[in-house]
Amino acid sequence: MTMIQIRDVNKRYDDGFHALKNINLEFRQGEMTVLIGPSGCGKSTTMRLVNRLVSPTSGTVEIGGRDIRSIDPVELRRSIGYVIQSVGLFPHMTIGRNVAVVPRLKRWDADKTARRVDELLDMVGLKPDLYRDRYPSELSGGQQQRVGVVRALAADPDIILMDEPFSALDPLSREQLQEDVARLQQELHKTIVFVTHDMDEALKIADRIVLMKDGEVVQSDTPDRMLRRPANDFVRTFIGQKRLEAGGAADVAEREAGPDLGGFVMADGPTVNDVMVTQPAVTYPGRGLAEAITTMERRKVDSLYVVDRQRKLLGSVSIYNVMDSYGDEDKTVADVMMPVRYSVQSGTPLTQAVELLASHRLHNVAVIDEDSRFIGLITRGSVVRHLAEKLPHGDNGEEPGSSTGLGPQGGNREEHS
Amino acid sequence: MTFADFADYFWRNRGLMGEYFLQHVQMVAAGVGLALLAGVPLGILCMRGRWTARLVLAVTGILQVVPSLAMLVLLMLWMGLGNATVMAGLFLYSLNPIVRNTYVGLQQVSGSLIDAARGVGMSRWQQLWRVRVPLALPYMMTGLRVAAVIAIGVATIAPLVGGDGLGREVYAGINGQNSLRIYSGALPAALLAIVADIGLGALQRRLDPAAARSRRPRAGGGASGKDGADAAVPPVPKAQG
Repeated sequence: MTMIQIRDVNKRYDDGFHALKNINLEFRQGEMTVLIGPSGCGKSTTMRLVNRLVSPTSGTVEIGGRDIRSIDPVELRRSIGYVIQSVGLFPHMTIGRNVAVVPRLKRWDADKTARRVDELLDMVGLKPDLYRDRYPSELSGGQQQRVGVVRALAADPDIILMDEPFSALDPLSREQLQEDVARLQQELHKTIVFVTHDMDEALKIADRIVLMKDGEVVQSDTPDRMLRRPANDFVRTFIGQKRLEAGGAADVAEREAGPDLGGFVMADGPTVNDVMVTQPAVTYPGRGLAEAITTMERRKVDSLYVVDRQRKLLGSVSIYNVMDSYGDEDKTVADVMMPVRYSVQSGTPLTQAVELLASHRLHNVAVIDEDSRFIGLITRGSVVRHLAEKLPHGDNGEEPGSSTGLGPQGGNREEHS
Repeated sequence: MTFADFADYFWRNRGLMGEYFLQHVQMVAAGVGLALLAGVPLGILCMRGRWTARLVLAVTGILQVVPSLAMLVLLMLWMGLGNATVMAGLFLYSLNPIVRNTYVGLQQVSGSLIDAARGVGMSRWQQLWRVRVPLALPYMMTGLRVAAVIAIGVATIAPLVGGDGLGREVYAGINGQNSLRIYSGALPAALLAIVADIGLGALQRRLDPAAARSRRPRAGGGASGKDGADAAVPPVPKAQG
């Protein structure tokens, strides 16, 4: 069902700049639509039409079939969540106050507001007792933006607008926030309009991608279809160029086959947690096959583990599974994945995992925690690297002490450099 | 003359000195207080547009550069002799630092915060009172502090237009060529200015909940903690008194 309908919208500024040219878009209820494009393409302006921060020169915007010009802008904005880049929290208000901004504007009673604030902080893993009375500057950038996200959810709006919310964050917090948002969306099914210039981010979280250029919509499609059928060269370059950039920065091969280790037993058993790769490449059951291939290319791997939003292990897909069914555009990862036959619990001695690798001639073994969440991967490569770290070198006897001190992190860091 | 002479004189006349001191404080408080009541709304008015701001700041700026003696004498021609004339003079003198700092404080609030405030559905009035004014408070306090220190100085010439205060003692000393009396008027006035400066400075830091813990947007290099907050104090207008 269409939630927001943008019809024939043009935006011209007083200086003659034609910011939006005949925009027609619909945002469906419960979907996350990502507006993407180079800077100055009008993606933010388009998003800001929805809460009347920008009013069109011509054309109409409707929410739920109602022309928003008939709604008081202040009331309209209170019914729409709004997240901007990390500076959006009010520095003179505590975290609790910041989250409570919209409920207070809507004059909720104090008890209800306080309960809602605590509930929301819990939702993104910030302990209310610890964070409620702190000021934004006392939180890390990632924490601040988590507060920014739940502030938008406070009055339970149906629509949420997010304007490059994660672009100022470091890559780790960004990854975390993207997963938080994906998880929340899984539960809440809001209609989200998300602006970004990062194609990887878009491919990761979007139900639908709208690619814009010079105030026009170039292509509006699902991520999978956009990858399969880019409308023109611009789309191709935009996706391709971004992927190239990402590929350059991404981690190197994670699952390359190492030499067979046989039944090698360590003297003083490390556990699988010491050795595992902690950021293995994963995909989600609803993803299209073209997306799966993109992820494999980006991470330079030949198979992916499939997890749900709680990171429970559902199965795995190899490049062969995907290629066999690639012609069928309606198939998703869930249709082609294979069950995972071998996995080890967190805390298992490494020797058991190695035996498993050897006796079943596996390339890798998944590590899961007690809630059967996928937390890491033992690969032959990671075992070899661990051994190289641990074992004394014949020619420089004084080394082992210090290299043992480095421990498994040293190995992982190498993996990601 | 020794310090003992001064102390002796001051002690013998402590009743009168106390009275002068109190009068001094009252005149300053009334003049600056009125300027605060008028200046903050004027600073807010400046937010209406560039031309309003230019006009208001030009008028208060001109008031500020009139020499203090000329200002009081001109006011005296119109209002006659007395404390009211002094207070009117102090009021006009204090307007500029208060209006200017209020305006600067309201202006420096980052555009993205205002965007956030609009975006979450604050009316213009709520944007002003819930976001701009709280964040401008330390700036307004700076204005108040500058105004108070200037006013304490200017108030010592009050006797020339028939006013009271510590200036009485100073002028009595000048007329009688009695340096004891000059000191007895001038030292407490100087002390009052220093105390006001320090006290209002402390209040300024107190009134700024964000500054105590945060990096303000304009603080140099995002310095953390209290240093960053101090760096956020805006340049004060040139004082003349």
